Amino acid sequence: MGSSAPHPEPLAARGEREPSTREAGEGRRKPRASLGKWLVGAPPLLYLLVFFAAPTLIMVLASFRSPGEFGGLAPIVDETGKLDLNVDSYVRFVTEPVFARVFVKSAWYATLTTLFCLLLAYPLATLIAKSSRKYRDLLLLLVILPFWSNFLIRIYAWMIILGPNAALAKLVNGTLALFGAAPVPLLFSGFAVLVCLVYVSLPFMVLPLYANLEKHDQALLDAAQDLGANAWQRFWRVTFPLSLPGVYAGAALVFIPALGIFAIPDILGGPEDTLIGNLIKQQFLETRDWPFGSVLSIVLTVAALMLAGIAAWVGRRGAGRRA
Amino acid sequence: MALLDIQGVTRRFGDFTAVDNVSLAVEAGEFFTLLGPSGCGKTTLLRMIAGFDLPDAGRILLNGEDLADSPPELRPVRTVFQSYALFPHMSVEGNVAFPLQMARVPSGERKARIEAALEDVRLQGFNRRYPHELSGGQKQRVAIARALVTHPTMLLLDEPLAALDAKLREDLSIELINLQKEVGIAFVYVTHDQTEALALSHRIAVMNRGRIEQLDEPSKIYGFPRTRFVADFIGHCNLFSGPIREANGSLALVDVDGLGPVRVATATSAAGGARGTIALRPEKIRIAAEAPSGTPDNHFHGAVRDLLYMGDVTVYRVAIEGGTIVEALLANSQSGRAKFFEVGDAVDVSWPVGAGHFIVE
Repeated sequence: MGSSAPHPEPLAARGEREPSTREAGEGRRKPRASLGKWLVGAPPLLYLLVFFAAPTLIMVLASFRSPGEFGGLAPIVDETGKLDLNVDSYVRFVTEPVFARVFVKSAWYATLTTLFCLLLAYPLATLIAKSSRKYRDLLLLLVILPFWSNFLIRIYAWMIILGPNAALAKLVNGTLALFGAAPVPLLFSGFAVLVCLVYVSLPFMVLPLYANLEKHDQALLDAAQDLGANAWQRFWRVTFPLSLPGVYAGAALVFIPALGIFAIPDILGGPEDTLIGNLIKQQFLETRDWPFGSVLSIVLTVAALMLAGIAAWVGRRGAGRRA
Repeated sequence: MALLDIQGVTRRFGDFTAVDNVSLAVEAGEFFTLLGPSGCGKTTLLRMIAGFDLPDAGRILLNGEDLADSPPELRPVRTVFQSYALFPHMSVEGNVAFPLQMARVPSGERKARIEAALEDVRLQGFNRRYPHELSGGQKQRVAIARALVTHPTMLLLDEPLAALDAKLREDLSIELINLQKEVGIAFVYVTHDQTEALALSHRIAVMNRGRIEQLDEPSKIYGFPRTRFVADFIGHCNLFSGPIREANGSLALVDVDGLGPVRVATATSAAGGARGTIALRPEKIRIAAEAPSGTPDNHFHGAVRDLLYMGDVTVYRVAIEGGTIVEALLANSQSGRAKFFEVGDAVDVSWPVGAGHFIVE
């Protein structure tokens, strides 16, 4: 080490002193600065309180109330003047296994969607990150181009693509017929739901992955190669571990919306493809059992929050090492 | 047989010739430096040795074997990158273990090799640290340990000290010399810093515009630059050019433009009429208030135009009556005073005929 060892210490000491003097200087301006902060921050905060926090609380309250005779909610105070709050809907969710099964099925579809998106997005994001500046913006534009047309229209487009008279179904079933197999419907199936889920989710995986891969330092790959790593080893030992924050971000952005989706199974799924999102929609609009719909929503929200928390925790643990 | 033999290597990028028909040989155990300004082709040459770039013409032989078909991961040379290029997601130990894992060194043997490499660079006990927890100098040590741990045939260093501050650079230079002696591995060192090159190397190849201007020991490079470029690039140098008026054996008389006739000792037999350059180091010039009496030295009158007080020495820039600026360097310790002269003082500038080095153009 010689005399270089003590070098970082004066630097660190200086780094620690500077903020404290700055804080002292800011002390005088503090009231005005914080007033400005509040003025800027208050409108969005108010917006979130009124339109997100309040409805969530209302939903939590609704989950403990009884369903109304003709749907909706029964009065919170019943004829005898007693407060009508109960956990009946929660008991129903726990005791009837069909609901848990729908949850598992939704999680399974969301997991598959995330995996396929990752497999498709990784090469694409790598390609964009490695292409020259000239084409990069164009390629990114192409990735987000589908957002320019309506979500439902894009789902209905898949009805045509997967329909029984479309070229794809004819090709698949024609091939199956050659082997003497019975034709399969492509539309109104789990397959259709999954294909469309992957299709609508893909940009949400590509963008965070690209943002991460674009920052990678070519010198690290040169170093790995210089130290004896072949292309495969360079990817698994350097590129992939360094891209994990992007993978976690993309996985969260794909998995959580896919978990609650209802439009795609509604339009493209068969009777077997009822997911948790459809179930919630049914409770509110068809069965009109609001308390039970609220319970399902809360369970979904809690599950999504837990997954986001885990993703953030894992991501931070990884990022801490490469700050 | 030389360890590394570069034969007529050329590399072009479009119209630009980065490396132009370069041949050189590096011996086993040698500390060899490629020195030159940015864009002179030194880094391109290093990347071709490492395998990241391929020559358009010529051959690179290591231990007599042509490297043309070996990708970087299969060459027994290791590079220390200017940016360190440490893997940020691996600890110091993980970084140093990486080349051992790639070489499939059994895990039982790895631990001892890692410890030995960290000891070589005096970083014992840093195993669990991550790169972002290290100072610049420590990062560079890890990069060196990582490159040396597999005992390569040759170590390539690409401006390894450029990102460090001056004091640390000096410390690490001394350690590099000792380390190179200890491990006995040939170092090929790329730098644009002539002080580093002179201090570290056994031999230096001074490069300019893709070509080698001079390949020699440091003292020869400094004392006897072969070209005007080398004289100018290595250290400070007064360069006086002009036609040769007469030359007889070991002495030449040059009509320096803007200065007048200057006598200089010469080893080469220069023909009268040709042009030549006298390279004169500032520390070899005497400046005094009055002309020295009865010497055959070159001397000129002028006035101090600028001075730079550097602590140990003072650099004077003297404007000679003909208009030429002569740079002279005086050690401050000689005087007992802080400064000899002030700006505007009339001075006499002189040097013996043997002080200059004559370059025939």
